[in-house]
Amino acid sequence: MERTTHGVAPLLEIENLISGYGRIEALHGVSMNIKPGEIVSLVGANGAGKTTLLRAISGVQSVSAGTIRFEGQAIDRLPAHARVPLGIAQVPEGRQLFAPLTATDNLMLGAWWRRADDLSAELARVHELFPMLRPLSRSTAGMLSGGQQQMLAIGRALMSKPRLLLLDEPSLGLAPILVDQILDAIVRLKSEGVTVLLIEQNARAALAIADRAYVLETGRITASGTASEIASDERVQRAYLGI
Amino acid sequence: MAEFLQFLFSGLTVGAVYALVALGFTLIYNASGIINFAQGEFVMLGGMTTVFLALVGVPLPLAAVVAVLAAVAVGLLLHRFAIEPARGADTVSLIMITIGASIFLRGAAQVVFDKRFHSLPHLFGTDPLRIGGAAILPQSLVVLAGATVIVVLLWIFIDRTLFGKAVIATAANRLAARLVGINTGHMIGFSFAISAAIGALAGILVTPITLTSYDVGTLLALKGFAAAMLGGMGYALGAVVGGLLLGLLEAFSAGYLSSKYKDVVAFLVILAVFFVMPQGLLGRAKVERV
Repeated sequence: MERTTHGVAPLLEIENLISGYGRIEALHGVSMNIKPGEIVSLVGANGAGKTTLLRAISGVQSVSAGTIRFEGQAIDRLPAHARVPLGIAQVPEGRQLFAPLTATDNLMLGAWWRRADDLSAELARVHELFPMLRPLSRSTAGMLSGGQQQMLAIGRALMSKPRLLLLDEPSLGLAPILVDQILDAIVRLKSEGVTVLLIEQNARAALAIADRAYVLETGRITASGTASEIASDERVQRAYLGI
Repeated sequence: MAEFLQFLFSGLTVGAVYALVALGFTLIYNASGIINFAQGEFVMLGGMTTVFLALVGVPLPLAAVVAVLAAVAVGLLLHRFAIEPARGADTVSLIMITIGASIFLRGAAQVVFDKRFHSLPHLFGTDPLRIGGAAILPQSLVVLAGATVIVVLLWIFIDRTLFGKAVIATAANRLAARLVGINTGHMIGFSFAISAAIGALAGILVTPITLTSYDVGTLLALKGFAAAMLGGMGYALGAVVGGLLLGLLEAFSAGYLSSKYKDVVAFLVILAVFFVMPQGLLGRAKVERV
């Protein structure tokens, strides 16, 4: 899985990012980058700051210092709603669907900034990626099963035509067969040119599909490398892979 | 029987106004979590602006339209200069800001308008219709019809347009709304504008019957709040049901007990809801799937 990414301008570049909640600092100067077309996995324990980092990238978490650049443009001062049209979409932890609305409404709202466009092609693309959603278009999102909700949440993010997809625990609480379907979908999205930043409790599965990985521990990056390097790192194996 | 019908109609008329005020509370509460206690002032602005424009010779329909637009402008200004700068403050502080705004608007209305009671001409005259022995003002029917049209239009807008769905989405999950690129600040501003318009329309419709003055907003806000609580805060249908129910409770207690205690009913309702069923009639505990 060795790939040379030298010379390619990063899609996302984060430098010395500091962020927290009130007086509690959750990220103590995180630096990382993601190249176009990569799947990058973020490995770390609960409370390490993975979700905070994703929220900071999508703009729903304020940062006190550091920079976030997307395609060379500093975006850290942009409000969240202005980052979606640039090509950043997040699938938040716990799905966070619009529970009272139908599945189709959820998808259409995912494409909010493109609401003037014809979205039938986009809708078809999501239904093709997750055929399970097709017969559910009129179902209320809050009534769907966990797996259906997760697919809908990913589909909603895809409707905005993102170039960078941020996934926060997409397999949490799902049956193994559904986990496989979700991971397959992520790999397929990569083949279609979508860049992915993936947080996964299931580090083994995440490293199996990722190109590169970063290890985040108590708000600091403590290791980085290709997915296979990280997967064979003894410390990582002990702490996150249960070997 | 005639007496009963009489109370029923006056209850429904005033209840329709409470329902519209409660609807204004609901819209803003859903978009932002704020209970806007300046809601009653929108009703006052609608009535008073129409009255004063009519006094200087503006034709009534035009005066009404301008009054609604004026209330919308005040709603947007309230959001832009009082609510938006305090973004991130806790809800209680924001609610206190709306109470301050309510006092400010009342004071400004004293200066801009005056401190007297005013009325507007009835749309179809003041000859009461006789229904089952009860005398019903045509304007009562105008209020009921107007309220119905407003509720139906609002429902169509919320249920049938993507913008309306974005309003629901913002209410249902603000984080997710931001993540899909909805400018939630705009949605809150929009909810203030719509609530102001609805309040102003209610004020214009009901002024011929109940009269208006610079300070009618205070009591109307309390009644509307009681109605929204009774129906279940955050539920549009609950606001309508709560408003009508409160209007009926008031009319019947005034008719059969004593009109002295008419305004007490709303406060009793607030207390009863708090003690007995904090979620209101139509509200329910939120169920979330994990």
